[in-house]
Amino acid sequence: MSVVVENLTVTYGSLIAVNNISFHAPAGGVTVILGPNGAGKTSTIEVCEGFRRQSAGTVRVLGLDPQKEHAALTQRMGVMLQGGGVYPSVRVRDVIAHFCALYGKGVNPTELLERVGLTERSKSTWRRLSGGEQQRLSLALALAAQPDVAFLDEPTSGVDIDGRDTIRDIIAELAARGTTVVLASHDMAEAEKVATHAVLFKQGEVVASGEIASLLGVRKRLRFTSSESIDVVLLGGAAGSPAHHLGNGVYEIAAEASPRLVGRITQWLAEQQLPLIGIDMGQETLEDAYRRFTGGRS
Amino acid sequence: MKRIMLQLGAELRIILRNGEQLLLTLIIPVILLAFFGSVDVLPSGNGDPLNFLVPGVYAVAIMSTAMVSMGIATGFERSYLVLKRLGATPLTRSQLVVAKVLSVFVIEILQAVVLLSLGVALGWQPQGSTWLLALPIVLLGTAAFGGIGLLLAGRLRAEINLAAQNGLYLLFLLLGGMIISRDSLPGPLSTVAEWLPSTALADGLRSTLNGSGALLTPTIVLSVWAVLAPLVAARRFRWS
Repeated sequence: MSVVVENLTVTYGSLIAVNNISFHAPAGGVTVILGPNGAGKTSTIEVCEGFRRQSAGTVRVLGLDPQKEHAALTQRMGVMLQGGGVYPSVRVRDVIAHFCALYGKGVNPTELLERVGLTERSKSTWRRLSGGEQQRLSLALALAAQPDVAFLDEPTSGVDIDGRDTIRDIIAELAARGTTVVLASHDMAEAEKVATHAVLFKQGEVVASGEIASLLGVRKRLRFTSSESIDVVLLGGAAGSPAHHLGNGVYEIAAEASPRLVGRITQWLAEQQLPLIGIDMGQETLEDAYRRFTGGRS
Repeated sequence: MKRIMLQLGAELRIILRNGEQLLLTLIIPVILLAFFGSVDVLPSGNGDPLNFLVPGVYAVAIMSTAMVSMGIATGFERSYLVLKRLGATPLTRSQLVVAKVLSVFVIEILQAVVLLSLGVALGWQPQGSTWLLALPIVLLGTAAFGGIGLLLAGRLRAEINLAAQNGLYLLFLLLGGMIISRDSLPGPLSTVAEWLPSTALADGLRSTLNGSGALLTPTIVLSVWAVLAPLVAARRFRWS
């Protein structure tokens, strides 16, 4: 495992930000640390990056102690901070060229600019970039390291849809190349699109971790979208289980989403000459799983 | 060494791109020297006013660069997380500090050329054979003021640091025997001023560049500041 966290605790005075957590992130995987703001995600990542000293526990990144072997780690680590990191009056091309030279890995600054879609903005200063462009530049600075491990804090936060596609592609490429990617996010839907593994945080504690596929359970319900005027009593009778209208034409049947149930619903809708606009019968989303593990609203 | 030179280049580019830093480090000292070197309105003590003013304004320039300019820039670099981001690169903290100090020296050499040339153009005549001793005085002054600047930058919020650096600059400018003679100050203030790094730097430069005046006391005072200020700054500095 490339990142191993064992019994990690981080405190700020009397405040316990991270409480005795353990997880690992594999090489070639994308591990997302998920949780609401203030859950301890950034504190955990900062310990892994060597920016913060833990109060207790052990952390190893690429087999290195991030504090004691920080110099060796920086040669192999790419970092994207949650925000900032660049002097506002510095030009895009200058800061990329500077970071490529500092790492000395032979990364071509012009190609890197093109990879993150900032070629047109190369003469702009950091302060003139949009929030999404600043995020892409931060990612480029992490890529200048040709990293074996990359820590990306909220990489798609404030990024437009095209920028998100670019960032997702780059993250997938990094993982395909064998890089261990660890990203912090509170955006569950976005995380589900890019990550292979997840560590679910709540109030400084890890409530679940592992491959995302193993964390998602089967829903005990089927949802579909149709006309808003369906009589739920008749619908429940046809389905053989209670039905509820959730609003906006979305209905939920309180039963396991089997092919037999789907068949009954679609046949009944056809007989009633009602439309079937969408149907959702698959696994939980990561958000569903997070709520289940944390005891939140379902 | 390669990374230090890379960072030195980046530091100099930032200074050149920030007009306010150039105003503070070069343009204001030039205006001070050009104006007060032409209009004799300052209480500069006995003797040729230029002998007092030229080393004094060079001391102002060193203070502006080592303390105010570097201090304010570093404070904002903390605030913008630039220092934190650089901390994740192979550039070590000591390499970063060395690059910053070298960038200050580069600016100070430029200041020396411009200000001393302007002084000569105004009629100042460097005296004696002790001018080479000005170099260690400049180094000590840079360490002292750099330490003070980084101490403030490493502890205060960027905006408060900005105000504090400018406030201290004004205090040293008025009380520190740089462009106003310490003899013109009221007794207690004059006594306090003798122990300020600004007074020690200005007096040390006057002694070495003019070839007259005491050198031992300013050197001792400046040496104490040059050791203590960076030490305290190193212990108290917060990188993010």
